[in-house]
Amino acid sequence: MTRTEITLSVNGCQHTLALDPRVTLLDALREVIGLTGAKKGCDRGECGTCTVLVDGRRVYACLTLAVMHDGATVTTVEGLADGTDLHPLQQAFISRDALQCGFCTPGQILSAIGLLAEGRATSEQEIREFMSGNLCRCGAYPNIVAAIRDVAGAQ
Amino acid sequence: MTVARPRTLAEALGALEATPDAHLLAGGTDFMVEVNFGHRRPTDIVALRRVVELQGHEHADGHVTLGAMLTYAEIEADLAEDFPALAAAGRTVGSPQIRNAGTIGGNVGTASPAGDTLPLLVALDAEVDLAGPEGTRTVALDEFITGPKRTDRRPGEIITRVRVPRVTGPQQFLKIGTRNAMVISIACLALVLDLDARRVRCGLGSVGPRPLRPRAAEDFLSGEIDWDGPRAAPGAVRRFAELVAEACTPITDQRGTAEYRRHAAGVLARRAVERSLQS
Repeated sequence: MTRTEITLSVNGCQHTLALDPRVTLLDALREVIGLTGAKKGCDRGECGTCTVLVDGRRVYACLTLAVMHDGATVTTVEGLADGTDLHPLQQAFISRDALQCGFCTPGQILSAIGLLAEGRATSEQEIREFMSGNLCRCGAYPNIVAAIRDVAGAQ
Repeated sequence: MTVARPRTLAEALGALEATPDAHLLAGGTDFMVEVNFGHRRPTDIVALRRVVELQGHEHADGHVTLGAMLTYAEIEADLAEDFPALAAAGRTVGSPQIRNAGTIGGNVGTASPAGDTLPLLVALDAEVDLAGPEGTRTVALDEFITGPKRTDRRPGEIITRVRVPRVTGPQQFLKIGTRNAMVISIACLALVLDLDARRVRCGLGSVGPRPLRPRAAEDFLSGEIDWDGPRAAPGAVRRFAELVAEACTPITDQRGTAEYRRHAAGVLARRAVERSLQS
């Protein structure tokens, strides 16, 4: 099998990887680099729990090949806290009890960071529309919206 | 499996010449689902996302050229003034994460009957630019898409741009699905009142094997509208909706029945006209 060498900057660490070109970004993060924060839910771009930031934009890591992102900067949930200081959205999710089982939470938080960067969190309705790519089967949506509103309002 | 990652159009055409059966990969939002579930086992891929000539959009005389790798997120953010209905269609595609990946060239090249940008593009008589071993050519989108997921793309060719004429007048995009986000449309419709040409332009999606232009309905309503308003009598709008429904050639599938789709297209047609007219 021919492997393709790529470099990824993940959460501030440079990784040089020799990958089977068919490996998705999600599998590269989870299986090769060992960062299991981004979850594999549906593997078909519907549930959103694999959401990561690539060069600052939120994408589904399951729907893209890792070799497509040579040289890219990737942020996963493991890269958000500063030591023991949580990212404001992580803290808001705890304060607002915005999860039950937690499986969707890494994707929700990364998606919310993308949303805030896009400037599309100005109302509850807008947050709901632009968080529509992240499902929560426990139904924590009202608290997820509240957590995002807290952080959007503080900015 | 090999993945070529060209940076220029010349490199991309060269890679396609070297692996003629390669799959052309844009945003991957359809293709990767098929790969992840083993429905497709590609041997070679030419990935176009980083080809510089395929990025961005440009204003030209009377039209805007959209680079094939323009994403739905960029359409939504950057083209709302030029093509409000295209921006609206972009905003209904998948989710923000899908819209950061999916591209206009992918939507055209995949040629799904449910492609959300296609109804407006056919309504505006958009054209597709292709580059290939024989040089470049331009084809009307209406002719380029020949059937469900079938196009007139020839071996070795790459979609480079979509040329969309600028038209003055109200535009609407309406879509029916089971929820607002993350659905493939059951029926969708784009409507443009071309005030300069005094023509109604309409495109339909998910109600036929390819995007449809209901020409008889367009001709009828173009003659009924008082273009100085623009205004139209309620009876004319109802008749337009009937003619749009008659133009549909839908199928029954897991998303909806043919009968429902035909009915829905008529309802969307009426709503789109009502929202475009002066009341």
